[in-house]
Order: sequence, then C-alpha cells, then structure tokens
Amino acid sequence: MTGVDRPSIRPGIRLQWEAVQNAYVLLYPEGMVKLNTSAAEILRRCNGMRSIDEIVEDLESAFKRDGLQTEIENFLQLARAQGWLSAAES
Amino acid sequence: MSAAVSTSPAVGPPLWLLLELTYRCPLQCVFCYNPIEFAKVENELTTEEWLRVLREARALGSVQLGLSGGEPLMREDVEAITDEAHRLGYYTNLITSGVGLSRERLSELQRAGLDHIQLSFQDSTRELNDFLSHTRTFELKRRCAEWIKEHGYQMVVNCVIHRLNIDHLDTIIDMAVRMGADYLELANTQYYSWAHLNREHLLPSREQLQRAEQTMLAWRERMKGKMKIFFVVPDYYQQRPKRCVNGWGTTLATIAPDGVALPCHTARMLPGMSFPSVRGSSMREIWFESEAFNRFRGYGWMKEPCASCEEREKDLGGCRCQAYLLAHDAAAADPVCSKSPHHGAVLAAVERAQETRVPEAPLIFRRRENSLTHS
Repeated sequence: MTGVDRPSIRPGIRLQWEAVQNAYVLLYPEGMVKLNTSAAEILRRCNGMRSIDEIVEDLESAFKRDGLQTEIENFLQLARAQGWLSAAES
Repeated sequence: MSAAVSTSPAVGPPLWLLLELTYRCPLQCVFCYNPIEFAKVENELTTEEWLRVLREARALGSVQLGLSGGEPLMREDVEAITDEAHRLGYYTNLITSGVGLSRERLSELQRAGLDHIQLSFQDSTRELNDFLSHTRTFELKRRCAEWIKEHGYQMVVNCVIHRLNIDHLDTIIDMAVRMGADYLELANTQYYSWAHLNREHLLPSREQLQRAEQTMLAWRERMKGKMKIFFVVPDYYQQRPKRCVNGWGTTLATIAPDGVALPCHTARMLPGMSFPSVRGSSMREIWFESEAFNRFRGYGWMKEPCASCEEREKDLGGCRCQAYLLAHDAAAADPVCSKSPHHGAVLAAVERAQETRVPEAPLIFRRRENSLTHS
C-alpha cells in the first residue's frame, strides 16, 4: 500500500452506524466488529475515491492534529489483513 | 467471595436474530438440529408477523439476521422478508441447502438486498451427499455454487462432518476450492436432536478426528490468503464446554416457525420451560422480561461444580441442552466438562466410538413419520 492507493471497503462488507451500540460497526457474513472512533473515522473515508494521502489530510484537518500518517497506514494494513478492504490496489 | 452473591451482567441487545422461517425441508439429514417433534409444529407465522418481528427486534439493536429453517426457500416470502430486513438495516444471511433456489430467484433476492448466502453440502461425493440427505441434490448444489459466484457474492460453504464422511475430508476441501469458496466451515456434528438420535452412527473415532485435523491443517496452509477454513471439533472430544450461543440470552434470539422465541435453536427440547411466543409478546418483553430468557442468564442459576468454578465466566457452564441430554438436568454443568460428575456419559460415548462396528439400530432420517414416531 502506498499513499496514492484508494482503499475501499470490500463488497459484501458494510460499515454502518448502530444507535443502540452507539458505535459504527462493520458487518460481514455471519459476523460483526464494533469499531472504536478512530477506526470508524478512517474506514468511513475508504470509499475508493480518496487516496490514503487525502484520507490523512482530511483526518488531520477534521481533528486538528498533525502526524497521523503512520497511525492511519498501520490501521489500513491491519484492515487489509483482516479482509475488510478490497484486495485490488488501485 | 461467597458463591451465593452473584451479580448479573447488564443485558445487552439481541445482536443476532435467527428466523427459522419453516421446519419444512425437502432434505432428511440425519444430523439435523431441528426439534425431533418438528412435524407437530404447525401454524407458521405469516409474512406480516415476520415483518413485525423484524421491526421490533431491529429497534432493540438486532443487526445480524439469519434466515434459516428447515429450508427457508420453501417459503415464497423470503424475498419480501429480505426486502424489509434490508430496508431496516439488517445484514441478511440466507442459510440454505440450495433446494428451491434458481438463478432468477437469486437475482430477485439480490435485488431485495440479500447480503450473504451460506450453502450447505453433505459430502464431496454424490452418493454420500444424496444418501445422507436422502435426496438427489448434489448436482443442484453445484449449480447453486455457480450462481452464487456469478452474482458476485462471497461464497461460504458449510459441510457438516461426522463419522460417515470425515474420511472424505480431503476431497470435501478440494471440492470447496474448485467451487471457488471464500470460506469453508467444517462443522463437526454436535449431538442434539436428530444427531443425538443417530449418535452411534455419527460420532467419529479419535483416530478419524486426528487424521481429519491433519488434512485440514495442510489445506489451511496451502490456501492461506485464498480460502479461510474453519474447523469445529465435536464437543465430546473436549475437556471443557463451550459457551451456549455466546451465553444464554446475551446475543442470540431464535424465532421458531410458529413464533416461539428461543435463546438458542435447540432450547425447545428443555422440559419445564415455557418459551414465549411473538404472537403473544413483543420482542422487548421476550428479550428483557420473559422468564425463559432470564432463566440461565448470569451465574445465579449455577450449581456445583460451576457455581464456585474459576472458569465459570469463560464458558458460563456450557450448553444447557447438552446438560439436559446427558445429565438430565438443564441447570447442571455441561457434562463435556471433565469436572462434571456426569462426564462419564461423554467418555462412554467416546469409548464406543473407538470400536469398529456398525450400530444395530438403523439411521433415522429426519422426516415426518420419524418425527411423529420418535417424539
């Protein structure tokens, strides 16, 4: 994965706000993960349109923080290993 | 700490809702977990009643939805139910043998918003698949697998494993690979309902199980990154029990075809329990207030050796149905546990499974007349 990749959530997997759990969750065949705030904020931006660099920029400006690049890249790597993101590099 | 002082954890939402739309099924699988007395259950819920259940449960926080049975596709309203479930925000899983599916029907279900299909097989050979299910369905299942792929779904294949097919594990996995499965669930039979009736035929020997595990591990290594393989060991070969559906009344609500609400899909067998019906109660009343759903929540109901056991929070005493079937007491420790005074019942069944012999009693297929005779 590099900064120009445009990650997207894999078909068949759905990111959704669950009011009762007061959290975003990822839904997949016969399972579910409850996401913490940072995971949810990153995944919400993985729509196949934004590059990783743009996601970083967007989050840094939304949360008024610098230096999020490494954290975001690490999480995306984990998300890919979990099979939550499309396998195809764009 | 006194064992008498027990705190019940707060009751969370029924995240998993399993609708057993019908007990009707063209297959007659000898390991089916549907109740033995299924043929006596009539008055299936109407479409409108199912839709009400969906709305009420969604408001409580249900989000993973299983559409199961019997064979759910025996009902003509699976499309309408899927459509409403999708609209409400459920993730919908259809759990099917494939009988009743066609390419057109799958397209219709996809349009309605179906998220996922789990397709079951009985064996890698036509002969044993068709024998175990007492139907000629093998070729149909293969076609279903093609349609599922064609519609862009992830392919989850489930094969129930037992003494009669466990030695074919290599070809079962090979078949799943050739079908393009993304996930393969190799679920060893657990011994409830029909599988319990047929246990002498179905419980594998230790040697069979070990060989199967070796085969499975080799394939898992080989298919790394391409296909995930899940392998569920039969409880009888464990020393400690598993939680019953993640804990009685913690996660799962099953609704039987006639609207009876159950904390787990086999709980209907438990004597002395009065399970509420969605026809007489709301899902909120059922989940939070009914005696049945509260019966085995927390730790207060536990007897020794569970009550003072340091592992009680891990396994919650195991499975209530297994306790009833093997210890004749639904509140006893699951006899799979080596600390249970009834563990001998499990050991005896396992010992018998090491013998090479054909049981005298015939296999009992899950069909109407057998249901009526054996219940």
